[in-house]
Amino acid sequence: MIGAILLLTLMGLILGTALGYAAKAFHVEGNPLVEEVSQMMPGTQCGQCGFAGCTPAAEAIVNGDAEVTCCPPGGTSLAASLAKKLGIDIKLDSLQEGVVFAHINSALCTGCTRCYKVCPTDAIVGANKQIHMVINAACTSCRRCVEACPENCIDMLPEQATLDTWYWPKPKAA
Amino acid sequence: MAFFSPFRGGVHPDSFKELSATLPIMRLPIPPQLFVPLRQHAGSDAVAIVEPGSHVLKGQLIARAGNGLSAPVHAPTSGIVAAITPVTAAHPSGMKSNAIIIKPDRKDTPVKVPTLLDPFKLPRDELAQKIADAGIVGMGGASFPAAVKLSSAIDRHVETIVINGSECEPYLTADDRLMTERAEKIILGARLIRHVVGAQKIAIAIEDNKPNAISAMQKAAVGEQQLEIVVVPTRYPMGSAKQMIKAVTGHEVPAGGRSSDVGVLMHNVATAYAIAEALAESKPLTSRIVTVSGGAIVRPQNVEALIGTPARYLIEFCGGTVNTPTRLLLGGPMMGHVVQSLDVPLIKGVAGILALTDHEITNPQASPCIRCGRCVSACPMGLVPLEMANRSKHGDFDGANDYGLSDCILCGSCAYVCPSHIPLVHYFQYAKGHLNSQTAQSKRMQYTRQLAETRQERIDKAAAAKAAAKAAKANRRKRSPAKTEKSPQGES
Repeated sequence: MIGAILLLTLMGLILGTALGYAAKAFHVEGNPLVEEVSQMMPGTQCGQCGFAGCTPAAEAIVNGDAEVTCCPPGGTSLAASLAKKLGIDIKLDSLQEGVVFAHINSALCTGCTRCYKVCPTDAIVGANKQIHMVINAACTSCRRCVEACPENCIDMLPEQATLDTWYWPKPKAA
Repeated sequence: MAFFSPFRGGVHPDSFKELSATLPIMRLPIPPQLFVPLRQHAGSDAVAIVEPGSHVLKGQLIARAGNGLSAPVHAPTSGIVAAITPVTAAHPSGMKSNAIIIKPDRKDTPVKVPTLLDPFKLPRDELAQKIADAGIVGMGGASFPAAVKLSSAIDRHVETIVINGSECEPYLTADDRLMTERAEKIILGARLIRHVVGAQKIAIAIEDNKPNAISAMQKAAVGEQQLEIVVVPTRYPMGSAKQMIKAVTGHEVPAGGRSSDVGVLMHNVATAYAIAEALAESKPLTSRIVTVSGGAIVRPQNVEALIGTPARYLIEFCGGTVNTPTRLLLGGPMMGHVVQSLDVPLIKGVAGILALTDHEITNPQASPCIRCGRCVSACPMGLVPLEMANRSKHGDFDGANDYGLSDCILCGSCAYVCPSHIPLVHYFQYAKGHLNSQTAQSKRMQYTRQLAETRQERIDKAAAAKAAAKAAKANRRKRSPAKTEKSPQGES
């Protein structure tokens, strides 16, 4: 009896040490590319790409399960830099242009504060029973506020060009 | 021929300067309404400091400089502020931007001018500040605030001040007439710029197709130390900084570099004139000389007009148009931009208002590139426009950039010589705009990423604090169970 206990304890010790050593010595890193791509993503975990967050999306992009253009908040600039990183050719001018921003219809807003609680970038300002407002510069067009709004008063409107952002459209085909 | 040329590439467009070059500058009567835009310069909008209904005097500050790169705006004449509202901007998009609308009282009462001091005895930074306060911007077209350009050159060992009197754009003769009629003040302005920057030499460069301006400037420059009138050959784009510096000093500004990298600071003659007025007479920039010309104008001439004068009023002063002009341009025909409406107001950086007829413009259908290479020999920057355009067309903007898109000065020489009439400059405008918007987008993404991280941190902190509070409460309850039993409702 004592012999068996000693033997099993000894075996446990030896095997445990061996396993512990193997775990350290033969450690496999996660794909470093996933980490890099994930760093490039917006990091707002908005889920518009259909994945649970930015890291799962990065994994899918690296594995080729998702397009580099799948991230709406990242837009063309993210698509371009991802394509460059992964060595993929994409036609940038064929991408849909134009960013959309959440816009709160102040005539319908009741000041319930639900939208600004879900905003991942704190882009909505307001207070209880006060009309809320969206700061365009901080809006990633994730649409979470649209879903949260009980009054259905949030619309996604395209960005209005200003004198600073306007640029010449593409010339008609020659 | 190329051996003797002052810089590589370039073109010789028909000048059409004879339309207005010999006529004296006329002063425009005060128009019934002035539309003074808050954006007349590179950078952010000026901020209006007057209210509708308030009375302003000529030269009074009506909008202070905005944040960052900006310039203030002054009232061009005395009158009542009628409104501050968006009007059609002098911009190719045809969009509106805010302007202060002034109803002149026709008395032209100026603000009180402080006692004038000899500007050469004042400290340099004070002079630079005065130039900034006078709202002076580059009047050759780029509208970059002059004081910023001067201050950034102060510590960069600038040796030569180049005053640009080349006026290489066809039709435009505003600088030509300014040099012919008001040479002394330009030279005073040039000396003041030299004094502010601490440079040694002044070179005033004039293209050889302006004999009157050359002789007037030479006469005014007699007896000046270290000041030279340089006659340069007529060749477009002589007026571009890099080409002008190459022609005058022989130095080439490195790609991505600035003129001060080769010890040069360049200003337009009209800017030098405005600086002289600001420092010697304490007059802010409220008027400019503008060429109103083109085949559709009845009496093409140069007009000294108040900033904010509607283009329509200027054209009416010149006899109106012969028939409906086919194209309206602000600036020259090479680099100016098309405007759709005559309602655009005159702004500080506009040297010409052109109304062109059908036979003055060519607008044939573009045909495919035949790779003849004419654009390559015309490009003054030594780029390959056909490759850049091809890449821009197919959305390969980084590829276009690798071919030197960022060095392109958008002078239009390539499009001018293209036998296939490909809108090359339009492609480059489009590609540059796209790259800029991409940069802006990724900047915004960095910002929102940071916002999301701060929010997450805050939520985590709040959750931790809540958990800690709960634990503390649980601890208290353990010690005194009797208390909790008294108020069971509070737990739910």
